[in-house]
Order: sequence, then C-alpha cells, then structure tokens
Amino acid sequence: MAAPRASLRLVAPIWNGSTRSIHGLSGEMAPRGNQRKRTLLQLLTDCFCDVEALREYLLQKQLSNVHWKNRSFTHIEEQYGPYIGGAFFILKQGGAVKFQDKEWIRPDGRGRFSLEFLKFQAVPVEAVDASGCAINYQGLDNLLSMKELQSLSLKRCPHVDDWCLSHLHPLANSLQELLLAGCPQVTERGLACLHHLQNLRRLDISDLPSVANPGLTQILVEEMLPNCEVLGVDWAQSLKLELEEQPRDTA
Amino acid sequence: MLRTVLQLGLGRNLLIRGVGTRRGGSTLDWDGQVSEIKKKIQSVLPGGSWNPLYDSSHLPPEHSDVVIVGGGVLGLSVAYWLKKLEKQRGAIRVLVVERDHTYSQASTGLSVGGIRQQFSLPENIQLSLFSVNFLRNINEYLAVVDAPPLDLQFNPSGYLLLASEKGAAAMENNVKVQRQEGAKVCLMSPEQLQKKFPWINTEGVALASYGMEDEGWFDPWCLLQGLRRKVQSMGVLFCQGEVTRFVSSSNTMKTVSGGEVTMKRIYEVHVKMNNSLEYQPVECAIVINAAGAWSGQIAELAGIGKGPPGTLQGTKLPVEPRKRYVYLWHCPQGPGLETPLVTDTSGAYFRREGLGNNYLGGCSPTEEEEPDPGNLEVDHDFFQNKVWPCLAQRVPAFETLKVRSAWAGYYDYNTFDQNGVVGPHPLVVNMYFATGFSGHGLQQAPAVGRAVAEMVLEGHFQTINMNPFLFSRFYLGEKIQEQNII
Ligand SMILES: Cc1cc2nc3c(=O)[nH]c(=O)nc-3n(C[C@H](O)[C@H](O)[C@H](O)COP(=O)(O)OP(=O)(O)OC[C@H]3O[C@@H](n4cnc5c(N)ncnc54)[C@H](O)[C@@H]3O)c2cc1C
Repeated sequence: MAAPRASLRLVAPIWNGSTRSIHGLSGEMAPRGNQRKRTLLQLLTDCFCDVEALREYLLQKQLSNVHWKNRSFTHIEEQYGPYIGGAFFILKQGGAVKFQDKEWIRPDGRGRFSLEFLKFQAVPVEAVDASGCAINYQGLDNLLSMKELQSLSLKRCPHVDDWCLSHLHPLANSLQELLLAGCPQVTERGLACLHHLQNLRRLDISDLPSVANPGLTQILVEEMLPNCEVLGVDWAQSLKLELEEQPRDTA
Repeated sequence: MLRTVLQLGLGRNLLIRGVGTRRGGSTLDWDGQVSEIKKKIQSVLPGGSWNPLYDSSHLPPEHSDVVIVGGGVLGLSVAYWLKKLEKQRGAIRVLVVERDHTYSQASTGLSVGGIRQQFSLPENIQLSLFSVNFLRNINEYLAVVDAPPLDLQFNPSGYLLLASEKGAAAMENNVKVQRQEGAKVCLMSPEQLQKKFPWINTEGVALASYGMEDEGWFDPWCLLQGLRRKVQSMGVLFCQGEVTRFVSSSNTMKTVSGGEVTMKRIYEVHVKMNNSLEYQPVECAIVINAAGAWSGQIAELAGIGKGPPGTLQGTKLPVEPRKRYVYLWHCPQGPGLETPLVTDTSGAYFRREGLGNNYLGGCSPTEEEEPDPGNLEVDHDFFQNKVWPCLAQRVPAFETLKVRSAWAGYYDYNTFDQNGVVGPHPLVVNMYFATGFSGHGLQQAPAVGRAVAEMVLEGHFQTINMNPFLFSRFYLGEKIQEQNII
C-alpha cells in the first residue's frame, strides 16, 4: 500500500506540469528539465501499465476537478433565488458581481467575501466580472437565469470555448456588453453565434489566440452585429497608428 | 581517427550483412534489425504469441470475443463503449476489422458533419442530444495520456428548417416534441425570418424552425481519429483486411404451428488480408455489423435474407449504398457569418464553409434520379439542373456563384424507412447491427455505439430505448415515422 502512495506523490507534481499542455491549449513549451522528466515518465508509462493506469486516473481527476469547481450551489439557489445563487457561484470562483444600484462585490485576496449580499434577494444582478475564472459551459448555467444581466466579462477564462458562446442566447434580451479578450479557446466559429445577442452594444474580441484570421473575423462580426462596437485585433494597433499619424497630419 | 571510424562503419556493415543473409537477405537497417530482434525476444517471453513456424504478427488474433466489421465512426463508437462499459479492465477482447485504413470511400470522412436535434421521432432527438453532449465533452471522453487535445471544430451555427404551408402543421408538432425532449429549438414566422436573415427570400415559406444551440457542424475526421486513438489506448485491436466469410452452426427448431425455424450462430469470421490470398479465421462470440453502406452485403454473407420471401429468414437487411453529391461554391455577395445550415422546402441544403464566402451544399435526388452507385464520380449537371435553381430561388445572392469543387459519398441508405438498424438479428443470434442511418449516422454514432454495447453486455437498452430500431421491424412491416430525413 505504501509504495503506490509514494509514487503518487512522486508523479503528481511532474505530471501537473505536463497536463498544462493537455488543457491549456496554449501550446507553450515545457521547460527543458521538465521535458526530460516527462520523457522518463513516458518511458515508464510504456513499460508498466500500472503507471499508465495511474496517470490516466490522475488525468481524469484533473478533469473532474474543473467540474467540481463549476458545480451549482443548488441549496443557495433554492433558498435565495437565482440572482443570489449566481452571485455566490461567481464570488466562489473568484469573480465579481454588481447588483443593480449597488457597489461591486469582490472576494479579497484569500477568496473570502462577506455574505451581506444575501439580503439583496429582490435586486437583480446587472454586471458580472468573471475574468480569469475557471468557469466552463456547465458553470455558465448559473448565469443564464439572470435576466437583467447587462454586462458580462469572461476575459482570459481558460475554459470558455465556442460551446459556451452558443450557450449565451438566453441572455439575448438584456446583454449589452460582452468581453471575451484573451480567451484561449474561443474561435471564429463561436463568435458566429453571437448574432443571437441582438442588443449587444460593445463586444471585446481582442487577443484571441485561436482565431485564425483576426482581421477578417472582426469585419465579419461587425457586419453581423451592425449596432455593436467591436473591439478587435486592430483596436489596440489602430490606436497606436493614429498616434503615429497625427503628427504627420499637423505637419 | 579516420581509420577507427572506417572500421566501425565496416564492422557494422558486416554485422548487418551477416544477420541479413541469415534471415534471407532482407535489407533492414541496423535499428530495424535491433527492433526486430527485440520483438522476437519479446514474443518468446511468457505471455507473448510466439509461433516458431512462421511470423503471424500481421494477422489478426485467432480469437476475439467481439469482432466489429467496419472501422468507420459507428464501428469505433461501438468498440469504445464496449471497452468503456466492460466490468473489468481488459475483460473483453475487441477486434475491429477495416479493409481500408485510408477510409477513401467510407461515408464518415465524406459527410458534411452536421448535427441537429430537429427530428420528429423522440428516439432520434434523444440520440442526437446524447451525442452532442458527448461531442461537447469529447476531450474528457476521448482523453488519452500524452496526446494533444482534439480540435473538433464545432460550428454552433444551428440548423434552419423551412416549411411550406403543407408542412407547417407537422413542423409545429415536431418542434413541440423536440422542446419536450430538451432541444433548444424555436419557431419563426416568415417576417421574423426576414428580419433575422435578410438574405433569405421567404416566398413559399410558411414557417421556419431554428436550432439555437447544440446544432451545427463539426469535423468528422477529428471524431474518427479521436475515437481511433482512444480505443487503441483502451486495448482494442485493429486489423486491416476484409471480412469475406462467416462460418456458423445452425439449430433447427419446430414452431407450434409446424413451421421450421433455423437459428444460426457465427463462430468464425474469415478475414482476408489485403493484397494477398491469405486469410485468417477468427473465432468469436459476437459479430457487429458496422460496415456502413456495405452492411447489406455483410448481412448476406451471414445468410440473412436467404430464405423463402415473406418469412423472417427471407427478410434482407435493406441497406444499400446510395450516392450523394456535395458541391462547394464561392459567392462574394453570399450570406454572412450568421449563416446556419439551411434546408429549403425543396430539400436542398447549404451551409457556410469557413470565412471566405464559401458555401457547400447539395440535395438528395428523387428515387427516379438515383445515380449509379458503382463509383464516386460527381455529376455536375445535377447541380446545374436540380440544386442551383432551388438555392438561387431561396437566396437571391446565389444567382451568381462559382462552383469550386465537389465530391460524392455513399449514404448507408435504409430503403425501408431511412432510419438506423440497431441490435441483434432475431435468427443469426450473435450478429448485432449498427448501420442504416441514411445521412444522420455520424451525429448519432456516439449514442448508437453505447446502445449496441449495452445490448451486447446487458441484453437490453438502458440509456435510450432503441426497441423501435430493431431488425424485426422489417419483417413486421413497421416503419419508423421520421419526417425529417435530409
Ligand atoms: C454526402 C454525405 C453527407 C452526410 N452528411 C451527414 C451529416 O451531415 N450528418 C450526419 O450525421 N451524417 C451524415 N452523413 C452520413 C454519415 O456519414 C454516415 O451515416 C456515417 O458516416 C456512417 O458511419 P459508418 O461507420 O457506418 O460507415 P463508414 O464510415 O462508411 O464505415 C464503414 C466501414 O466499413 C468498411 N467495410 C465495409 N465492408 C467491409 C468488409 N467486408 N470488411 C472490412 N471492412 C469493411 C469500409 O471500408 C468502411 O470504412 C453523410 C453522408 C454522406 C455520404
């Protein structure tokens, strides 16, 4: 019994380094030393099916961890209603929420937050900032019943993908601002279904590494959502260009 | 220095020649030799399949619990679920026999990759919902240690079905069923349609149904390769060869009314190796017929349909290849990024392909126009005469378009009712079907694989009740009433 536990301790940290590439999709290279360890681990995997089974178990564990983080707090939702349930979920994830006519609520550095908002039961949530959170398709369900949600930020969310974007249509009547900048998994295929969100006024799709043709995609999105200001690739770039061009104009 | 290098090189050469001549002059390089020897040693070790007389590593194993005929998406899905649902790791041996590992003619790679929940039959809707859930979590279901994640390239752009006045009532009913089953489908009037998609000409359209979520298209090749990679890691064996013969034992029984019934059980599958006369008999307990458009032939090999007409023995598996064309065209003024997969009242369909104003689509021919399925050549006149007029009528921008390319593929067409055949044959008791899906087999494959695996392992369907899809319906004459066949 002792042996497998020891090897578990041995394997887990190394393996964690390597799964980043399984999930992260960012394709970053592992550092060299790490790589050597990985190959050793691969060798072990090839030779002993126990190691393989263990690594498979750990892989599944990692996946179910994301699910665990995205579980709904049904008891809170049942007791306090969808707004509080959703807000609790976002705060637990480390994001921030804004109830109508109230201040932003965010957790402190250690992830703690005051439960004062539990009394805002009748107050709708108007803005959610989930930037950098581990929210995924399943977790988004917590937001879909916030029918007054006007602004949603999903910046740099590693698990937000095209499926998530197609899941947003229940918010079509209220959503005015959607920020997707820096989401590693979002592609033009998911952006295509944002045309459900007809009330959108502001959309940030800058810095999306998985979009193959950012310039063309931005033009097509603008055509698709004529009433919406689209911040895309060359938003940042054009600002720079404008600054450069201005002196020439005056000259 | 130079001399030692030369010597080393020479020495090596000699050694290779030495080994080479002993093995009959093969020209493998040094690394090849070493790995060959290693393989030999490995096979001699206990547990290996050592055979001192001749090398049989290219042949399939002599025994396998389950033999799956056809390594397309349906066959692989069955393999996946058999391994996934087995009670204990390595409890069953599964062999997939595929005659062409390039899949040059297989329907899977030649399909347009669409998935929708807009069916009329609750079972079909459930199958599709299960599959979309599978696809959404594909990197969990098909995760392999050390392999990169799959990029399914799912386009969640939805299906837009158009109905004429005649079909409107049925469409309304269907959408009701779809919503009951949990699909996110909405109905649209011609005015709403015009507003949402200004490029559509709503003439002759009375009602439209539009999938908001979980519908669209994906890369079928990615699903196929992902399944292949996963089942290989789960220990499923692959073999490139063609199933040419089944050896079966039969039992004749008398019914109460005095008629004779012959029950058959296949106990050996003959797999002919490609480009050779050699074949290997594989003893097996269960055979799965997932040979797509060719599954009718496989059924015939097992003696299905050889009997007096009108009897269960004489009932054939009504699946045959039907050729379908897909055309890819360019249209600079065509519809934009929001374009869903549109199926017109006329039966023609199209969708966007990529970002560069490219589209692809086609139309199923009528029974009289059915082309000869002997080869996969494309009939360009069919586009000019049958497809284009319908498209241009529906989307005026398509009046000026340029066909860029085209291909053809085979539907695994069920001539009886255009729906899948799932589960065991009533007389050839150990042959199970997973075929006949006529144009929606790809999207239902994940769910169908599970249903077949449940039937094999548990003896009944658990997740989705597939009883209406059993073979016996052909004998009983009970057609599945599915209206939305595209
Ligand atoms: C043009 C077109 C568009 C389509 N669009 C869609 C769509 O949008 N959505 C959708 O869901 N479905 C679609 N389909 C249907 C879908 O492609 C098929 O239903 C599905 O791929 C069937 O999978 P399969 O595994 O049964 O068949 P296949 O992929 O054809 O696999 C069968 C395999 O069996 C092998 N085989 C046959 N006989 C033998 C033998 N004797 N021994 C060994 N191996 C053998 C063959 O080589 C083949 O590889 C489309 C089909 C076509 C042709």
